[in-house]
Amino acid sequence: MAIPSHAPDDRFVQLLTPEGERVDNSDFPLDITDDELRALYRDLVLVRRVDAEATALQRQGELGLWAQLLGQEAAQVGAGRALIPGDMAFPTYREHGVAWCRGVDPLTLLGLFRGTTNGGWDPEAHGFALYTIVIGDQCPQAVGYAMGMQNDGAENAVMVFFGDGASSQGDVNESFIWASVFNSPVVFFCQNNQWAISEPLERQTKIPLFQRAWGFGFPGIRVDGNDVLACLAVSRHMLQRAREGAGPALIEAFTYRMGAHTTSDDPTRYRLDSDVEAWRLRDPLERVRSFLHKQQLVDDTFFDELDAEAEQLAKRLRHGARALPNPGVDDMFVNAYSEPHTLVERQRDDYVNYLAGFAGEVDA
Amino acid sequence: MTETMTMASAINAGLRAALDGDPKTLLLGEDIGRLGGVFRVTDGLQKDFGEQRVIDTPLAESSILGAAIGLAMRGYRPVAEVQFDGFVYVAFDQIVSQLAKMHARSAGMVKMPVTVRLPYGGGIGAVEHHSESPEAYFAHTAGLRVVTPSNPVDAFHLVQQVIACDDPVIFLEPKRRYWDKADVDVSADPPLPMSSARVVRQGSHVTLVTYGPMVRTCLEAAAAAALDGSEIEVIDLRSLAPLDIETVAGSVSRTGRCVVTHEASVFLGVAAEVAAAVTEECFYNLEAPVLRVGGFHTPYPPSRLEQHFLPDLDRVLDAVDRAMAY
Repeated sequence: MAIPSHAPDDRFVQLLTPEGERVDNSDFPLDITDDELRALYRDLVLVRRVDAEATALQRQGELGLWAQLLGQEAAQVGAGRALIPGDMAFPTYREHGVAWCRGVDPLTLLGLFRGTTNGGWDPEAHGFALYTIVIGDQCPQAVGYAMGMQNDGAENAVMVFFGDGASSQGDVNESFIWASVFNSPVVFFCQNNQWAISEPLERQTKIPLFQRAWGFGFPGIRVDGNDVLACLAVSRHMLQRAREGAGPALIEAFTYRMGAHTTSDDPTRYRLDSDVEAWRLRDPLERVRSFLHKQQLVDDTFFDELDAEAEQLAKRLRHGARALPNPGVDDMFVNAYSEPHTLVERQRDDYVNYLAGFAGEVDA
Repeated sequence: MTETMTMASAINAGLRAALDGDPKTLLLGEDIGRLGGVFRVTDGLQKDFGEQRVIDTPLAESSILGAAIGLAMRGYRPVAEVQFDGFVYVAFDQIVSQLAKMHARSAGMVKMPVTVRLPYGGGIGAVEHHSESPEAYFAHTAGLRVVTPSNPVDAFHLVQQVIACDDPVIFLEPKRRYWDKADVDVSADPPLPMSSARVVRQGSHVTLVTYGPMVRTCLEAAAAAALDGSEIEVIDLRSLAPLDIETVAGSVSRTGRCVVTHEASVFLGVAAEVAAAVTEECFYNLEAPVLRVGGFHTPYPPSRLEQHFLPDLDRVLDAVDRAMAY
């Protein structure tokens, strides 16, 4: 009896090489206009600028924390732009690029990390659920939402985001089972960025993550996570398949976390600079820039205007973050429950009275 | 229209009414469909409402709750059953970290009208993990409500009230009382709001506060005490979070004495909160310290010992006597 090979499988779907050469793939043809190509590049640049500005704001003490997406722009923009109105995305806490695609103002994200809110946007209005910090918790919720879509007869799908670390969570594996047996319209989008804080992929899995899907009874595929075209094409394909009733799929976007886990992390303690440098050559932005150039789809004015737009955005975030209003004390109480609650109301009244006792005192 | 019902069939009738009344209401859990639930509480519902609305799920409690959250986000009103008290800890993270907090963290934009049905408590000679009383964990968690009926009439109405509530509610079903019978008027309006306690027997000497499976025990204790001339007022809390302290304090202010009892361990249990609240509200009316009777600070014992673990009529009356002796 042959023993199955556990050797890493490094094949993946790639439509644009790191050098900016288009590759055809008959399974995942990409029908895309020049305008769409330019728009994708704009997304990548602006999302990276949001990330850089937020990181700087954290260093300046304006944010308590920031989870950087640096290096994962293509995975998030490719997946995010594959979603259509009526679809629903369930993010972790690093999906700033997907949030961008779903029309969530980056300033709202800064509020989360500044501590002015624990949510900030209407999930239904944006088709984008609230960030989830407990690893993997969003996956069963995504399946439940997809079951609701099925019941409604909606021709939409759910895309749920998680990482290589989360692939070890019980909730994630449970959600694979649920989606499989209920044939739910959900696409699992795993950004394998190689690191779960300090733990390498090898601590989470002995087989390529996309192959996990096969054991659960649905397709799994690996895509070059630094190739926005491949991420877009494969995501579109799997989402459409789910919308048409063909059930779940797992996409493993093979990418790399170029920054720290968060601004509190120090990756020099656990990984080599040379690894990071090797991945820098596969940068998700450079290859698109190179392609646009070579195809003469853009001129210098395009890049200049985009740079100016990025700077304007950064400036708005810089000033906007500092101006975000602190929530009122009352906010803590009013949304704890939807319906009247005697205990919370009493505690609020007591505390308001307590604070009123200090009225007229001058702040130190 | 009055029918004689067990508590199990009263909950079944309440679930049926909720399914009839709102197409967005659906049930999910293990063995609730074809089998009708291990206690037959959901008997016949899948047959009448279909597999889309009465869903037999994979055996994964965490995902039962996670899926319920997702369904609620989609506009559904899910009723999730966790088969036994001792299995709910698998779903604890989804309940505490997600379900309870979603409304607050979304600033009220996302409502979580999720009901978690949970058979709880001991007294049926069950094997390990089938006799627990986890109510304090949930009552302690902001964002959740905790409700428990003690009789078929309340069970019929309360299950519909908690399903109609836009907040997540842990609905604790006292499993050793599933077969208690009463006449239920299924066309009547709910007798009380969901979060109100009820004085189930009036008395002037001491207030006995309890809920769920212990209400019957306390009523039996009060009847026995009456033969000796002690008039015990018995209060069925019905809602453990929030607590209807007004009703309890009103009673204790008259009687001056208070005993609180439940199956769960008394250490940091619901009785501790009642005792603290009564002390704050009724300090100048108290003739005795508030006493607690409940389970011990031990894991639930093998069932051949459970009659020692569970407070019974005699232990309740012993505490009443001690309160009266001050």
